[in-house]
Amino acid sequence: MKPTRLTLVGNWVLDRFPLTKLWNEHMAHYYAPKNFNFWYYFGSLALLVLVIQIVTGILLTMNYKPDAKLAFDSVEYIMRDVSWGWLVRYMHSTGASAFFIVIYLHMFRGLLYGSFKQPRELIWIFGMLLFVALMAEAFMGYLLPWGQMSYWGAQVIISLFSAIPVIGDDLSLWIRGDYVVADATLNRFFAFHVIAVPLVLVMLIFMHIVALHEVGSNNPDGIEIKNNKDANGIPLDGIPFHPYYTVKDIPGVAVFLFFFATVIFYMPEMGGYFLEPANFIPADPMKTPEHIVPVWYFTPFYAILRAIPDKFAGVISMFGAIIVLFLLPWLDRSPVKSIRYRGGIYKKALLLFVISFVALGYLGTQPATPTATIFARFFTAIYFGFFLLMPIYTRWEKSKPLPERLTDQPALEERISDLREVFEEITVLKPGTVQNGTSFLGSNVLMRRPNPKGILNVIIRLAKKLKESLD
Amino acid sequence: MNNEGVDKSKRQFLTSAITVVGAVGTGYLAVPFLAQMQPSVKAMAAGAPVEVDIGKIEPGQLLRVAWRGKPVWILNRTPPVLETLKTLDDQLRDPLSQESIQPASSKNPVRSIKPEIFVALGLCTHLGCSPTFRPEIAPNDLGANWKGGFFCPCHGSRFDLAGRVYRGVPAPTNLEIPPYRYISDTLLIIGEPTEGASA
Repeated sequence: MKPTRLTLVGNWVLDRFPLTKLWNEHMAHYYAPKNFNFWYYFGSLALLVLVIQIVTGILLTMNYKPDAKLAFDSVEYIMRDVSWGWLVRYMHSTGASAFFIVIYLHMFRGLLYGSFKQPRELIWIFGMLLFVALMAEAFMGYLLPWGQMSYWGAQVIISLFSAIPVIGDDLSLWIRGDYVVADATLNRFFAFHVIAVPLVLVMLIFMHIVALHEVGSNNPDGIEIKNNKDANGIPLDGIPFHPYYTVKDIPGVAVFLFFFATVIFYMPEMGGYFLEPANFIPADPMKTPEHIVPVWYFTPFYAILRAIPDKFAGVISMFGAIIVLFLLPWLDRSPVKSIRYRGGIYKKALLLFVISFVALGYLGTQPATPTATIFARFFTAIYFGFFLLMPIYTRWEKSKPLPERLTDQPALEERISDLREVFEEITVLKPGTVQNGTSFLGSNVLMRRPNPKGILNVIIRLAKKLKESLD
Repeated sequence: MNNEGVDKSKRQFLTSAITVVGAVGTGYLAVPFLAQMQPSVKAMAAGAPVEVDIGKIEPGQLLRVAWRGKPVWILNRTPPVLETLKTLDDQLRDPLSQESIQPASSKNPVRSIKPEIFVALGLCTHLGCSPTFRPEIAPNDLGANWKGGFFCPCHGSRFDLAGRVYRGVPAPTNLEIPPYRYISDTLLIIGEPTEGASA
């Protein structure tokens, strides 16, 4: 057969660039465990949000002016006068919050299934560096609209560096480039936000994925699929990333975009959580807003900062709350990875940690009343306790035996008959009397009514199951 | 052809020498790159002194002016306020302003040149928010012990009406007092130290 023109061009490229090799190594012949569940959507979703942020960000720079005198008005100009400017801006501002939602869930997946443990420590470290870079990116981006909250938030965060002994004041002056947050600060934050930090993010993502593809993905069972290979060296429990997981990720993307669009079109400010009310007032260096709070994704760390009644110790605790996350692979001494085979203590500790993280996030949005401060201290103690006591309790607890191969979880459709049984149990059929007189000859109608005794039984069974699952 | 083999120690020497030269060069290049993020000459020159007419400030009134882009407060304190200030020492972290920043002319218990006219930089020494002026006694939100002062809404730091910080709040030191002097009885100049004083 005579090769077509297309194949000739294709071969010309492939002789010079290893496209098929790359594709096979990272997609078609990259074997991922076959039991990925809901929690495994968030890695690819994070990549999607990054793309959204880059595209909308580039569009925004076309009309935004990084100048203290013009910045606020240029954002309003984008919102009112630029065609579809409001959509691009809301996509970018909602995208920032969506990024953190996705990343927090992605990190929580790591905690659930021990994805940070040997041999994936470096993946976790790169991921944590990504998290820090993302926080820097978000913080600098938040200054750009030059509203009241932008201004005073930046003032507070840059002042954090002044708490460092000896070099602190010079360092914060160097970061600001002026004695107060001013035009110089805005202009350099624009440069960092648009060029420097995104480059760092992309490089770190590259390293994160290279490291992941070197050791292979973890999975909800936390056992290595590479330990069981067939004659061709392919993991028995592995399936090629493409097409299996590319296709699986598409519904994830669809559901994500559904929520994302709902927020953009119906609640772009998210009740003051995604875009804060005070940020609709231009920056005024003379007056701090009555109630200043960072955007929701920083509030857990902000609550830790406020909980400590000493400037330096407060700043140390806040940064410490992020640094302990880096140490996680070495703090955890459990022989098993996944929460499915860990003992009860880790499960309870993780539950407490999640509660304290959410509670700190809430407290960070509230004014610093004495009661709130006491609660913040309590939850800060739990936050650090989860990490710092981890070497003790993970060694102490008894883990369950690991399976040889990946386990099968019953799919939803296999549970339908169970659900039907539960439904039968919580309801009872009673002969009802028809009220409006349309019944003839005393015919009885059977009606479904809730059965208190059945409901109680089901609740007791659920509670027992919950308690068991925590042991 | 040279058959003597490779002299590895010479190579090693050359490699090390180039590494050192390269590192020194990078170090030199880093200086201008990092230094250009310092405040520019223009920003440093912008700190011109500000003249303020204090003749029209009523007793108990607070005037805000901008100096170097920062808020400066000028408060006309009434005699009862000055009396209250004397009773607070045991609740304060630094009542005598030993660790706080102020010109020598204001390093006294009331932290001002003239007791009734209080001048201070309106930025909290914790993380730089501008505290709110709360002269009223014992308002609901600040508790029964509040004797009037400045309250920082960001992190709850409390200062008295001489800008002195209370104990048990995050701010480490008293509010900063900028250098200022009187040109006449009713005219202040902020940003210039009192003549004869070094700070």
